[in-house]
Amino acid sequence: MSGKPKLHYFNGRGRMESIRWLLAAAGVEFEECFLEKKDDLTKLQKDGSLLFQQVPMVEIDGMKMVQTRAILNYIAAKYNLCGKDLKERALIDMYVEGIIDLNELLMMYVFQPADKKEQHFATLVDKATNRYFPVFEKVLKDHGQDFLVGNGFSRADVQLLETLLMAEECKPDILAKFPLLQSFKARISNIPTIKKFLQPGSQRKPPTQEKDVPKVMKIFH
Amino acid sequence: MAGKPKLHYTKGRGKMESIRWLLAAAGVEFEEQFIETKEDLEKLRNDGVLMFQQVPMVEIDGMKMVQTRAILNYIAAKYNLCGKDLKERAWIDMYVEGTTDLMGMIMVLPFQPADAKEKNLALIIERATTRYFPVYEKALKDHGHDYLVGNKLSWADIHLLEAILMTEECKPDVLSAFPLLQAFKGRISNIPTIKKFLQPGSQRKPPTDEKCIAVVRKIFNI
Repeated sequence: MSGKPKLHYFNGRGRMESIRWLLAAAGVEFEECFLEKKDDLTKLQKDGSLLFQQVPMVEIDGMKMVQTRAILNYIAAKYNLCGKDLKERALIDMYVEGIIDLNELLMMYVFQPADKKEQHFATLVDKATNRYFPVFEKVLKDHGQDFLVGNGFSRADVQLLETLLMAEECKPDILAKFPLLQSFKARISNIPTIKKFLQPGSQRKPPTQEKDVPKVMKIFH
Repeated sequence: MAGKPKLHYTKGRGKMESIRWLLAAAGVEFEEQFIETKEDLEKLRNDGVLMFQQVPMVEIDGMKMVQTRAILNYIAAKYNLCGKDLKERAWIDMYVEGTTDLMGMIMVLPFQPADAKEKNLALIIERATTRYFPVYEKALKDHGHDYLVGNKLSWADIHLLEAILMTEECKPDVLSAFPLLQAFKGRISNIPTIKKFLQPGSQRKPPTDEKCIAVVRKIFNI
C-alpha cells in the first residue's frame, strides 16, 4: 500500500462523487488534487497519467485507475462491499446500475440549457418516482431487512443513499410516497463512517451551482 | 441451472450485442426472444419482468437480469473471464470501460440526424485512432503476451475484438497504424468459440440498417 488514495478531478461532484462516497463509507481516508483550469488537465494528459486522457483518475495501490465504474468496482471488492457470492453481486450490480442511471439524470440537470431545464426536471422526477424509487421501496418491503442485498451493508446501499439525497436536493418532498426509503435514508445516514461524511467539513462536495458551470465547461472543453 | 440463458431484445446489435459476444466466447448456448413491436415491450413491462422497465433482459440461472454491465459482469465472473485477482480485474474493467465508450459512440451513430453523422463519424475515427487503440497497442507491446491482461483470455480481449470489428465497419483501414492490434484481431478471431460466432448463421447480428432503425425508433419512442 503506497499511502492514501489520491483523487484527481475538479472541485465538484461530477463523476468523482460516487467514488468519494464509497471510500468514505468504507472508512478509507483519501487525498484530493483539484483541476482548476484546462492547463491542469492538459498537464495530466501530457504526463501520461490518464489512460484514456480523462478524469476521474484515482491513484490507489500503485495504480493510476481511470473509468468511474472500474474504480468503484475495485474499491467495493477490496473493502468487501459487493455481496458474498456471484448472485448477490449480480443483484448489487443491477441495483447500482439502475441508481447510476438516475444519478446521471440528476447530475446533468444543472448543465442543461435554459430552454431544456423544465423538461429535464419533469423527466427526472417522473423517472425517480415511477421507475427507480418503487423498485427499491419494494425490495425493502419484500425482505424487511435493513440493507438492500443479503442482509449486509454493500455498495448498493451507499449508492442509493447518495442518490436519494441528490434527488431531495432537486425536489425536497420527492420521497413523500416512499416510507421505507425514508427510513432507509435515516438508517444508512447513521452508519458512523457515513454520518461523518455527511457532516460539514468532510470531503463531500456541494451541489454544482449554475454559476460554476462555465468554469467546469472550460476545463473539459 | 434452468436451461439455456434467454435474451430479450430487438433483433439488432444495440446493447445486447456485447452480451451475445461474451456468451458465445464462453461457449454458452443461448436462446433469443425478439421484441418486434411496441406491444411486445409493453407486455414484458406489464408482466413485471423488467426491473427498470428496460431491456436488455437476460433470463439466466433463475434470475431475470437487467442492466448491461450487471449481466456482463455476471457472465464474465461465472465463466472465469475476469482475471485471477483484484488487480487483474481492475485492468480488465478499465480496458472494457474504454471499449464500451468507443462502441457507445458507434452504436448511436445510425440514430443521429444526417447533418451530425459526418462529424460524429470523424470524431469516432479520431477517438479510435488517438485515444483508444493506442492504449491497447501499447499494452500488447509492453508485455508481449497474446492477451491484454494476465497472459490469459479475459473479457477485455473479447470486448476489444468486438470494438475493433465494429470500428473497421466504419473505416476498413482503421487498424493500419496498429500492427499488434491487427495480429491480436487475427489471433482472437481464431479462438474456436469466437471463430464459430464470426461465421454466417451464428447469432451475431449485422450492422444496424435502415429497417432496424425504424423498428427501434417505433418501439422505444426515439
